[in-house]
Amino acid sequence: MIILTSKKQSLFLLTPFLVLILLFFIVPLFYMVVSSFSNSDGFTLNQYKAVLTNSYILQGFKNSITLSAISALLALVVTLFAVYAMMRFSDPVRERILVVTNLTSNFSGIPLAFAFIVLLGNSGLFTLLFEKWGIDAFSSFSLYSWSGLLLIYIYFQLPLSLMLLYPIYYGIQQQWKDAASLLGASTIQFWTKIGIPIMLPGIVGTFSVLFANAMGAYASAYALTGSNYNLVAIRIGALLSGDIFAQPELASAIAVLLGVTMITAMLLSEWSIKKTRRNL
Amino acid sequence: MKKRGLSDLFFLFLVLYLLFPILATALYAFATNWNNTILPEGLTFKWLASLFQDTSFIEAFGRSVLLSGGAVILAFIFVVPAIFIIVLYFPKYEKWMQTAVVMVYAFPGVILAVGLIRTYSQLGIPMILAVLGAYVISILPYIYQGTRNSLRNVNAKQLLDVAELLGASKLQAYLKVLLPAVYPGLFAGALLSFSVLFGEFVLINLVVGSRFETVQIYLMKKLSTSGHIASAVVFLYLVLMGILTISISILTKRSRGVAKT
Repeated sequence: MIILTSKKQSLFLLTPFLVLILLFFIVPLFYMVVSSFSNSDGFTLNQYKAVLTNSYILQGFKNSITLSAISALLALVVTLFAVYAMMRFSDPVRERILVVTNLTSNFSGIPLAFAFIVLLGNSGLFTLLFEKWGIDAFSSFSLYSWSGLLLIYIYFQLPLSLMLLYPIYYGIQQQWKDAASLLGASTIQFWTKIGIPIMLPGIVGTFSVLFANAMGAYASAYALTGSNYNLVAIRIGALLSGDIFAQPELASAIAVLLGVTMITAMLLSEWSIKKTRRNL
Repeated sequence: MKKRGLSDLFFLFLVLYLLFPILATALYAFATNWNNTILPEGLTFKWLASLFQDTSFIEAFGRSVLLSGGAVILAFIFVVPAIFIIVLYFPKYEKWMQTAVVMVYAFPGVILAVGLIRTYSQLGIPMILAVLGAYVISILPYIYQGTRNSLRNVNAKQLLDVAELLGASKLQAYLKVLLPAVYPGLFAGALLSFSVLFGEFVLINLVVGSRFETVQIYLMKKLSTSGHIASAVVFLYLVLMGILTISISILTKRSRGVAKT
């Protein structure tokens, strides 16, 4: 009985945490949803109507979705092969590679945008190099455009993708490979018929985390193009800070739609990860 | 064999792609002049030196440390005890905690910024407090992961039971037995959270702006004015992140070592 009361008492220690999450997460998000449905007269769907009929905002969604999907896909393909190559190294070497990857995963946002300016900006290292060598193929390339952003997005997707795929590869057991090869399967057959199908839910889950990661990214694109490049996150920021004039209700509606996209992506990844765990 | 070669190539590409921007930026931070040549014309320490003489940089650095460090400390006072209690005594509520973690992880700063401004900008409280509170919540995934793993690694529940069986009071069992055992894992989580917050830009920029100039906002300003100074800032940032990352990996190894012995 004494233990029970002290257990109940310990619940009080949860209060500050609950208050914090209420004040700084749940209430703001709730208020944002409310504000997306309201104007000075009360309830309205006008903001959503405005978003869905405004071709500029829709273009922003389209740009964000294609940029996120393509950067996630390319990073995923590269790391799928890279982790496969990594598995050959000894444990300590792999661990060191993961530490370096962890470091680069912190390299994002403004510092990352700057590093790419040094390499590929108007007087960047490679820009000058290609000019000197007279390689014209890259003369139309601009860091401050979609293809430039793609390079940066791929950069910050790679470490995350590697960290998510690594444990999934780890789950593929050597015994399975041995068993398959004893039964006459080639390496390629093992991967196409056994390995990849087992890993598939995990790969899908990784893809959706990467996709969500890119959809919410703001700082790199902002550092490179200010509010000029049309991405959802950039639109929200511009409507909030009022580069033209602040429209927080419209920003709320766009943020709600972006939030729905994120939740869908996260639910998909949760579901896939659960499925992978069952398989491994 | 051919397939091996292909995957090795991808691995090499990955490593070079990740390292090249870092190396180039570091080199730029020490370059005297690097506008028309492939390699810098000379090397110098003057950019770094001038950064350390710039009071607005020193102040920005101080603000970043204060804000990120403050959020981590608050998380340790208010959030870590809650995680302890849920993991140790109310495991059936753990799925709620995990839902909260996923939700926090799913909502990026740009969405939360809208909510914070809508909720607090008209109340007249300093918006920096709203950002601080949001920071405490936004590191929940890292704090939760670090705390829960440490508690699992040391079999916290049994450890507490054994300590009490051997005559320790509840408080003694916590402070003298459990805390030293989980400390490296908790500290690793704290450092990880700090490094994430130190690089945060969206919330502070949209909600507070240049009224509270952190290192990230300082860097954003220098981007358009001085490339050399900007690269010196990025170089310092990378050094700091390097130190934090290595400390985290050492601490994580140590907390796993505790589990084994």
